[in-house]
Amino acid sequence: MSLDIETPPNLSKHLLGIEGTTREQLELILELTDRFAEIGKRPIPKVPALRGRTVASVFFEDSTRTRLSFESAARRLSADTLTFSAGSSSLSKGESLRDTVEVISSYGADVLIVRHSMAGTPKRVSEWTDACVVNAGDGCHEHPTQALLDCYTLKQQRGSLDGMSIGIVGDIRHSRVARSNVLAFSSLGAKVTLIAPQTLIPPSIEKWPVEVSNVLDDVISDLDACYLLRMQSERHSKGLVPSLREYAKDFGLNGRRCQILPKDALILHPGPTNQGVEITAEVSTDSRSIILDQVTNGVSLRMAVLFMLLGQHETSTQGEV
Amino acid sequence: MGIVLKGGKILDRKGERSLDVSIGSDGKILDTGKKLEGDTEVDCSGCVITSGLVDLHVHLREPGNEEAETIETGARAGAMGGFTALVAMPNTEPATDCLAVFEQIKTLGKKSSCEIIPSAAMTIGRQGKEMVQMGELVDNGIGIFTDDGTGVQDPQLMRHLMEYSTGLESRLGRPVVLAQHCEVNELAEGGHMHEGEWSSFLGIPGQPSEAEELMVLRDIALSKMTGARIHFQHLSTLGSVQMVREAKAAGLPVTAEATTHHFTLTDSACSCYDPVFKVHPPLRTESDVKAIKEGLADGTIDAIATDHAPHSQHSKEMPFDQAPPGMLGLETALSLSLEHSGLDLPGVLELLSWQPAKIAGIDNRHGMTVEKDNPANLCVVDLDETWTVSGKEMLSRSSNTPYEGWNLRGRVRHTINNGLLVVFDGESNK
Repeated sequence: MSLDIETPPNLSKHLLGIEGTTREQLELILELTDRFAEIGKRPIPKVPALRGRTVASVFFEDSTRTRLSFESAARRLSADTLTFSAGSSSLSKGESLRDTVEVISSYGADVLIVRHSMAGTPKRVSEWTDACVVNAGDGCHEHPTQALLDCYTLKQQRGSLDGMSIGIVGDIRHSRVARSNVLAFSSLGAKVTLIAPQTLIPPSIEKWPVEVSNVLDDVISDLDACYLLRMQSERHSKGLVPSLREYAKDFGLNGRRCQILPKDALILHPGPTNQGVEITAEVSTDSRSIILDQVTNGVSLRMAVLFMLLGQHETSTQGEV
Repeated sequence: MGIVLKGGKILDRKGERSLDVSIGSDGKILDTGKKLEGDTEVDCSGCVITSGLVDLHVHLREPGNEEAETIETGARAGAMGGFTALVAMPNTEPATDCLAVFEQIKTLGKKSSCEIIPSAAMTIGRQGKEMVQMGELVDNGIGIFTDDGTGVQDPQLMRHLMEYSTGLESRLGRPVVLAQHCEVNELAEGGHMHEGEWSSFLGIPGQPSEAEELMVLRDIALSKMTGARIHFQHLSTLGSVQMVREAKAAGLPVTAEATTHHFTLTDSACSCYDPVFKVHPPLRTESDVKAIKEGLADGTIDAIATDHAPHSQHSKEMPFDQAPPGMLGLETALSLSLEHSGLDLPGVLELLSWQPAKIAGIDNRHGMTVEKDNPANLCVVDLDETWTVSGKEMLSRSSNTPYEGWNLRGRVRHTINNGLLVVFDGESNK
C-alpha cells in the first residue's frame, strides 16, 4: 500500500504513555489514523504493510475488547499475532516478570502489547526485551491508545480540540483512561474538568492542568463533551461511595441531565458501559453519543500506532532465515 | 603481642588523639600509645580509629529466607560497613517469637563477623494477637521486642505489652525496649509508595504519612500512660519527627531511629517503577527529608539505622505491587551518613555507634571509648577514599541497593570484632 509517510512521528521505540509526548507527535498520529480509517472502509480491509511481523498480546489482566481491537489492527496490517494471557497472579507462582518477558520475547515478537493491573509494568517490560512495547493499560497509570482514539473521535466530530471544554466524570482516582486523557486533551488545547466525589479524585493533583468539581450539575451546562468513566461496583464495597444508587443519582448521565447538557455537546465512554450507573439506556442511544465511533476508531488508531512503531524500527528478525 | 593499629587518629567521646592501639588475645584493647609494636601491624595512616558501628535494625533472613541473606553473609556485609553489632529483626520464618529460634540465631551468630543481637517479636508469629513469653525471653537476655514489618495494631494489646514490659525491668537490669514499626494497616492498605504528587502522577497506589503518624501519636500517649520505654523505628515523616520531639521535651522515655534511605532519597525515585525503591515506610518528600535531618541534628532522632532488607533479584524483578519492600543498607550507611546527614564526624559516630549501643543495652562492649581494657570492637575509616556503589560487588547475598552507581566518599578500611580483624584493608577476612 502507499502510505506515503516521509517522516513518521518521532515516537521513541515504545508507546508507554501520553506523558512525554509532544502536541506535534499526537497530531501526527491522528493524521496517520485518518489514512488507516480509509482502509477499514474497503471491501477487503487488509493491507500487507506488516507482513512477516509478529504482534504479541501480553495480557496479564483480562480485557477482551482491547485485545480484540489490537489484534484486528494487527491482522488488517497482515501481521501475525500471538496471544499470551495470564492473570497477574501467575507471576507469584514463582516466575519473575522478567523471566516471563524473556520467554515471550524469544518467540520472536516484534511488538508486545502489554496490559497489566499494576502501573509501570509495560515500562519495566520494555527494559527486558528488544521488541517494541505498547502500553494497553497499566493499573491506575495510563492507557495511551484509548486516549488517542478518544482524541481522534472528538477531532472527527469537531475538527479540533482547541478550546473545547471536556468534563471527565467518575472514578478518576483509579482510572488509567482519565490520566491519559487529561494529558492528551490538555496537550491538544482542551480545557479539562474532573467531576467526581472527592473520594474518587486522586490526592495531591494541584499541579495537574485541570479544574475539579464535586457537583456534576454545577458544570454540566458548560461542557462541550462529557466523558463518562466506568464505575466499578467494588468502589462501593471499599467505602468510597455510600452506594451505587447515590453515585448514579449524583454523577450518572440520565435523561434529566441530558436536557441540561448543551445541544451540541458530545457523550463519550471507554466501555463497557454500566447501564443504570454512570449512564442510562436512553442516553447511550442519544444522538450526541459517539461511543460506537470510539470503538470503530480504536482499530484504525491502533493500526497507525503499530505501523508507526514497526515502520520506524528495523527489528532483529528481519533479514534472518 | 597481637594486632597493633598503627598511624591512625583515635576519635571517640573523649575527643581526638593520634595514638596507636594494641589489641590483646583476650579481645580487649591492651594499650593505646605512641609507637606501639606487635606481631601484626595494621596500617591506619590517614584513617580515623573509632568504636565499631551498631545497627538497631537489620534483616538477616535466617532462618527462613537464606536465598536472600544468611547470618554469615549479612554479618560480613555489616563488618564491611564498619559495624560490629547488628540487632536482628524477628521477622524470620518461623518468627523469632520463642527461645528456640532465638537460640538458633545466637548459635549461628557466634561464628560471624559481627555480634548478632537477636530481637524478639512482641506477639506470637508477629500476628498482633497474643503476647510472646516475654519473661522467659528477658531472662535469657533479650532486651528488644518488635513486630517489625508491621506494627501492633490493637491499642489494647499494645497497652498491655507496655504495662507488662515495665515489670520486667528489674529482671533484665535495664528497661525493656519495645520497638514499634508505626503503620496503621487500614490506612496504609493497598499502598506501595508514599501518597502524594508522585503517586498520583505515576498511578501507583499510595499510603499517606498519616498511616505512620497516627501510630506514633497513639504510642506516645500509651507511653505516657504506662511509663513504658518505646523506641520508634524508621521515622519517615515530618509529623512523626515533630511528635517525638515534643514527647522528649515532655520527658517521656522515647527514642527514635531514622534510616539512611529516608534522608537520602525521596518518593520521586519511584518514577522508574523499579521496586528497588519500594520500602516500608515508603520514601517520602523533600520536606520530610529535611525534617529527618533536623531531627538528626537536634537529638530528636537518637540513631541512624539501616533497615538492611535483602531480597533476591527475581523477587524484585516483579510488578511494583508484587515485589517485596526493602533495600540494602549495611555497606553504604557510613558513607551516606558522612556525606548526606548534615552531621559532622563526631555527630555521625554518635548516631551510628555510641547511642544505638546504649539503646540496645550493649554499651558495655560496643560504642565505647578507644581505651585500655575496653573490648576491641573497632572500625577504621578512611574519610577521603572515594568509591562507586555496585550491588554485584556487595558482600550481602542480595544486590538490591538503591544507590547503584553513586559515588561516595569515606570507606571502612579495617574492622575489628572482639579483637579479630574481620575486615582488613577493605577486604573481608571471613
